[in-house]
Amino acid sequence: MATKRTNVLPGFNLTLGFTLAYLGIVVLIPLSTIFFKTFTLTWPQFWAAVASPRTIAAYRLSFGASLAGALTNSVFGFIVAWTLVRYEFPGKTLVDVMVDLPFALPTSVAGITLTAIYAGNGWIGRYLAPLGIKVAYAPLGVAVALTFVGLPFVVRTVQPVLEDLDKEYEEAAATLGATRMQTFMLVIAPALIPALLTGFALAFARALGEYGSVVFISGNMPMRTELVPLLIMSKLEQFDYAGATAIAVVMLVVSFLLLLGVNMLQRWSSRRLGEAQDA
Amino acid sequence: MPESVDYSPKNPATEDPPIVRRALISIALAFMGLFVFIPVIAVFVQAFSSGVGAYFAAIVDPEARAAIRLTLMTAAIAVPLNVGFGIAASWAIARFDFPGKQTLLTLIDIPFSVSPVISGMLFVLLLGVRAPIGGFLAAHGVRIIFAEPGIVLATIFVTFPLAARELIPIMQAVGSEEEEAAIVLGAGGWQMFFRVTLPNVKWGLLYGMVLCNARAMGEFGAVSVVSGHIRGHTNTMPLYIEILYNDYQFAAAFAVSSLLTLLAIATLIAKRFLERRVVPAKPEQDEITAKVAA
Repeated sequence: MATKRTNVLPGFNLTLGFTLAYLGIVVLIPLSTIFFKTFTLTWPQFWAAVASPRTIAAYRLSFGASLAGALTNSVFGFIVAWTLVRYEFPGKTLVDVMVDLPFALPTSVAGITLTAIYAGNGWIGRYLAPLGIKVAYAPLGVAVALTFVGLPFVVRTVQPVLEDLDKEYEEAAATLGATRMQTFMLVIAPALIPALLTGFALAFARALGEYGSVVFISGNMPMRTELVPLLIMSKLEQFDYAGATAIAVVMLVVSFLLLLGVNMLQRWSSRRLGEAQDA
Repeated sequence: MPESVDYSPKNPATEDPPIVRRALISIALAFMGLFVFIPVIAVFVQAFSSGVGAYFAAIVDPEARAAIRLTLMTAAIAVPLNVGFGIAASWAIARFDFPGKQTLLTLIDIPFSVSPVISGMLFVLLLGVRAPIGGFLAAHGVRIIFAEPGIVLATIFVTFPLAARELIPIMQAVGSEEEEAAIVLGAGGWQMFFRVTLPNVKWGLLYGMVLCNARAMGEFGAVSVVSGHIRGHTNTMPLYIEILYNDYQFAAAFAVSSLLTLLAIATLIAKRFLERRVVPAKPEQDEITAKVAA
């Protein structure tokens, strides 16, 4: 720091001051209330809320279905990203644009349309019902909705990394006698793993908190198809703020840990890319 | 020499075999069809399932119009506030070094990682009639929770990071040379902002606005918690859809949904169009510099 450049640009105090004030009012103060509220609970009260059988069943479904959705997206999202970057096919631009639909479509619209499709008399549900597969109002429907909301994450994290991946590495591998499969497993896959993991974690985190698209398709039956956000909602509707707060704190801590994990993944990934470019 | 060996110039180690290519494209299209295209088509088919007349009747219904009005009003407040915040935050973060910058960036992202239901709940805890602040306001006749102000606040919270997250990298990519030149040549702060900064980031700003607007108009979970579901009074479009659906008025629910689906499709098209122009062609500038140097 021997030669620090003088910054001639104005507005630092104004913009940083406004940023911090707005952040405080809109985000930090509301967020702090939930932790203050938790401290007003006694330990047994807290424990009763976060570890009741109904809550445990909701955790199990929320984590299980979110995991199923994120894993589905990791496999198929990767294939979508791969085809979009590497191949030409009719309708490619349309597919590329529509990947972001789950970000743009309001969740209540997604919820009712998925329910209509997968209900026993729906477009797809009617073919699955005779096979004994129940999607809507069953855990499978929850997983379908959570796959929908997480769809863009894996595609949009893998796609740019795949685009930047230099074909020279693959050519070098080929020149050195690697088969296509070897090239994929040993050259391409390792470069994509951080992006894939990031996409997986983002899709998982999004699915954990999702409400709108699952509330209709789940049927919301306690112990069976009730997810954690739905449980919080029903506690709020019964004015059980203490119980809702306790469960919300658990979910917030999980979300923040996931966010931390994603940040570490991204740092790891950019360091690896940096090394690759230096080499 | 065996016949099966392919000596075509296409390199088998850098190109996928045609059968793999066709299989992967089919899988990708089937997945996208199942999860994206069929749901979108279903919205419109269901919307018109009771006829065109019923479709328009559902949209011009007074309750539907009240919901549309509240949705537009909420976005009209939340979007400018968060875009203003985005400009301020991106200026401070992209143009200056200060301790705690990384922490600030993480804090800006918080609303992304909070469940919509919990987001709404924060405002119920803070401003509901049982809370100290909410109780004080209620005693003076100001209702926030279960009323419009609560909906607006919850919407501001969930859309908070969107504009800032788009503007920060764009502001960083544009660089500060032109702004420094403007200041050194004697421009005032606002002059520099309106004549240099704003034109440089205008597409990024519009991009942030479009994303923020889509989320503001479509938010459901957070708004659902603070709205209290008062019919025709505090319904936004997504809440009204839920009420219609739970009333078994499916065609009407999908008719209102089709408007939001059109908004989503318009958002995606605008996004596609804007993505390419968000950063004013930096490589070209380098080319010019290179040419001048040569």
